[in-house]
Amino acid sequence: MKDQQHQPRDLDGNPVTPGLPMAMLAEVTHRCPLACPYCSNPVDLVRASKEISADDWGRVFRQAADLGVLQVHISGGEPGARKDLAQIVGHARDAGLYVNLITSGIGITRDRLIELDRAGVDHVQLSLQGIRPDMADRISGHPGSWDKKMAFSDWVTEIGFPLTINAVVHRQNMERLPDMIDLAERLGARRIEVATVQFHGWADRNRGALMPTREQAEFARQVVNAGRIRLRGRMVIDYVPADHHAIYPKACMGGWGSTGLNVGPDGTVLPCHAAQTIDWMRFENVQERSLSEIWHLSDSFNAFRGTAWMPEPCRGCDRKTVDFGGCRCQAMALAGDARATDPVCSKSPLHAGVVARAEEDAAAITTDFVYRRMSKGG
Amino acid sequence: MTALIGPDDIPYLPRGVRLQGDRVRGIRVLQAPERAMQLDQIGEAILSELDGARSLDRIVRDLAARYNAPVEQIGGDVRDFLTGLIERRMVFVRDSA
Repeated sequence: MKDQQHQPRDLDGNPVTPGLPMAMLAEVTHRCPLACPYCSNPVDLVRASKEISADDWGRVFRQAADLGVLQVHISGGEPGARKDLAQIVGHARDAGLYVNLITSGIGITRDRLIELDRAGVDHVQLSLQGIRPDMADRISGHPGSWDKKMAFSDWVTEIGFPLTINAVVHRQNMERLPDMIDLAERLGARRIEVATVQFHGWADRNRGALMPTREQAEFARQVVNAGRIRLRGRMVIDYVPADHHAIYPKACMGGWGSTGLNVGPDGTVLPCHAAQTIDWMRFENVQERSLSEIWHLSDSFNAFRGTAWMPEPCRGCDRKTVDFGGCRCQAMALAGDARATDPVCSKSPLHAGVVARAEEDAAAITTDFVYRRMSKGG
Repeated sequence: MTALIGPDDIPYLPRGVRLQGDRVRGIRVLQAPERAMQLDQIGEAILSELDGARSLDRIVRDLAARYNAPVEQIGGDVRDFLTGLIERRMVFVRDSA
């Protein structure tokens, strides 16, 4: 791999050195009974007929383990929408991977959860959209979702899985964050992941209904800090803050193509789940090439590896190996250029405009959502 | 800050947390919910002692004897290391009673 032809290079032709991935997100389907207006799936959803088989997933998991992946996050859509989910989980465990099941809790019965336990699920992450039936059902666009989730949580406890609660927060529920943390504690979660909506894809269509205010972002920070002290040793709070109100951007994926990869329902391999918003980038598929070749040699993974591709102000910034210039997809969405400094960074020339637009969206009166739905046909 | 583990407490790896070999990197890792932690030799030596039967105090004395090191020093290292993992909910403790 050291010869000229196989030397991995970034999008400017600078040589780069791929490391080894630790974690893989396996989005086994885009089908989902929920319709959350901030869904992280791409706007162009993959249809059931294009999904790769459980045996294909088995091959991908073995290749991933050979490549250094230690953990798989089996997600969707709702992974429970796949009837062969237990088989997929079994293949992941057989490959030696630690299996995290990321689920809405909708569509997985008690019997199926027992089956998934036998297949080797190590840990369950359950998403909650609100702390009461009315809010949870309205945000998820799924009447009855709350009751189903609470029943699912009981089965998780009964079987004994470690539980993480995932709570996406935004303008319409951020003030209830203390109640959400209490709820996670009551449900026996070891951990709660509080994630502020990321504004690309579906969420970008709902900015006016979801963008938190600066005061809310500050409130959430205080709630998280106080909660961490109060719950020390009992429940972990992981927090993804509202980066439109931050000074520096987040280190997306811990650096592009550095530690993680994402395989979609049809076998498309992405450096991050939102990478398809970078419209000029081409992505490869596990049906055509091995995961190792894609990881080491594909143009998409190599595009933003290292720091040589960075423009100013990133190039001369001492944080360039801390946050790697921020999120490439956010740069695409906000600057129209995937290689630009993430405009949420205070050093970006676009920062003032981004903040002004966020304030404007946060002040919007609308609470109506554009729900995530698969278009008809196909 | 209150101590999260006392000498008589029994530390253990709860369900969903396990020691595993990383054959690609040639090291041992602690696998936990959505987190894989690479272990050095000291971390591995400590976690290998968590059998769910022995107390912290007993584990420290056994390690001190095996590595021919002062109990006070080993005790501090083990307590700090385990406290960090208890804070992350990767190690649980129960009373010896």
